[in-house]
Amino acid sequence: MVEIRFHGRGGQGAVTSAELLAQAAIKEGKYAQAFPAFGAERRGAPVLAFTRISDEVIKLRIGIYQPDVVIVLDPSLVKAVPVVAGLKEGGLVVLNSKKGPGDWKKDLGREDVMVASVDATSIAMEELGVPITNVVMLGALLKAKPLVNLEPLEGFIAQRFPRIAGKEIKAFRRAYQETRVE
Amino acid sequence: MAKRTGIEVSIAIAEAARQADVDVVSAYPITPQTHIVEHLAQLVADGDLDANYITVESEHTAMSACVGASAAGARVFTSTSSQGLALMNEIVYLASSLRTPVVMALANRALSGPISIWNDHSDVMNERDTGWICIFANNGQEAYDLTLMAFRIGEDKRVMLPVMINFDGFILTHVIEPIYMFDDDEIADFIPPYEPVIYLDTDNPITMGPVGVPDIYTEAKKQQEVAIRESRSVIDEVFDEFAGRYGRRYRAVETYKAEDAEIVLLAQGSVIEAAEAAVDVLRDQGKKVGAVELRLWRPFPFDDLREVLCGTSIKQVVVLDRCISFGGPIGPVLSEVRSALYLEKDKPMVVGVVAGLGGRDIHLEEYIEMFRIGEECLRTGKDAGEEPELVKIVGLRE
Repeated sequence: MVEIRFHGRGGQGAVTSAELLAQAAIKEGKYAQAFPAFGAERRGAPVLAFTRISDEVIKLRIGIYQPDVVIVLDPSLVKAVPVVAGLKEGGLVVLNSKKGPGDWKKDLGREDVMVASVDATSIAMEELGVPITNVVMLGALLKAKPLVNLEPLEGFIAQRFPRIAGKEIKAFRRAYQETRVE
Repeated sequence: MAKRTGIEVSIAIAEAARQADVDVVSAYPITPQTHIVEHLAQLVADGDLDANYITVESEHTAMSACVGASAAGARVFTSTSSQGLALMNEIVYLASSLRTPVVMALANRALSGPISIWNDHSDVMNERDTGWICIFANNGQEAYDLTLMAFRIGEDKRVMLPVMINFDGFILTHVIEPIYMFDDDEIADFIPPYEPVIYLDTDNPITMGPVGVPDIYTEAKKQQEVAIRESRSVIDEVFDEFAGRYGRRYRAVETYKAEDAEIVLLAQGSVIEAAEAAVDVLRDQGKKVGAVELRLWRPFPFDDLREVLCGTSIKQVVVLDRCISFGGPIGPVLSEVRSALYLEKDKPMVVGVVAGLGGRDIHLEEYIEMFRIGEECLRTGKDAGEEPELVKIVGLRE
């Protein structure tokens, strides 16, 4: 089982990221859960969302405290919240940042983990015209860890954003290409 | 053919109501049930469900509208949580007394105060004696399936009682997970149109809900008690028919590795799956443990429970309550389980614990701790430890 924690800010679509990933995994015949941090959300405030993916029935019904993967949608969050808290030894951090993954390892104080980084905000601004990085960051995640195939996920992206499906998928593919992993 | 779909549990429950082709929905939005009624409102507004969606100013009125619509012969659905159910209480009791088969999806949430929007079972336990058929689902699939079956059970001419389907708020309502969703045609066949026996009709006027003077009230209550007890055979029939059609078998009392177990954890709702995971861990260590799920809460499955617990390998039951009966016997589930076993000769000891109040996660280690409490009681031969009435909360911060 892989447990993934998304960090975003209210309104950036972290919950949507978690849901799209779970839907793609379920489509492939796997078991998956996607859920928000339960409670009230405020636009702009730090939020969490979670996805579990497994080949077997998932019997866990609690939050994710020791994720295998952490994805940070907003670059400002790294300073605001302990994004690597509980991250498993040798886990993966996917960051929205201009800075390369090697530098981040030192900054995060976790030499044991794998880091992937991509300038998701620039991609989102160029392709979508808004700094919404949820779909972009899924491209980065899949480059670093191929949890699901690209095609079914793109199908769910198109379904979720029918009016801007082409733009979202282009941004998603660009992130997949441009993500650096170390 | 049912299609395996990644869908939010709330949406699946709303889709069950749509597939049952409900005539009237009346509800007031409250967290964590909101997505269910939002989706139904959308379906009605888009013309995808031919129903009256009655918007109201409170849950008290929502349930009043439901009872009125059901009395007029409509198929009726509502959904609520926590304070919403508490506010409905007066009319919840009327729904069963008037024999109106309203179906309610109850997203279980803690009662205030302090204000909590998170999950436990204090809302449903507060309604325990209102005369509704009350069933627990422990995952999204079960919540969907049981919502469908609720219409068949409640509206059966031999039953005519409201049905409450319980599922844990947030823990289930807000989760996307794989659910086998049926085609509309399959459900149209399983749930034919509702044919009310007695209903309000201006051409043939009758009175429903008049004063019950002392000369008649006792008999009316006895009839109601007989009705809910006799609903049990219909519940089993519907469970059987569902299993025959779709292959998923539901039972009033479910067991997991209990056949040769010495200690079992008994619970309701989504905690059961996690309890099963704890059973697997302990079984790997050679411990004879199992889990028992009290799926049917009303009518209480006395015989089923005794069959599982009495005269078997089980020596110790640990009952997990998600609610405190303040100043009483720890929790309502413990109380009822002990009561059900009282007259039995060959019965296990029963100890109660409370956990998961107001949305606190219950970790795997804490389920294991519950089994350890059971082991301790069994070892010392003391039914509920030194202080049998003391509420034992697992996961309490000291």
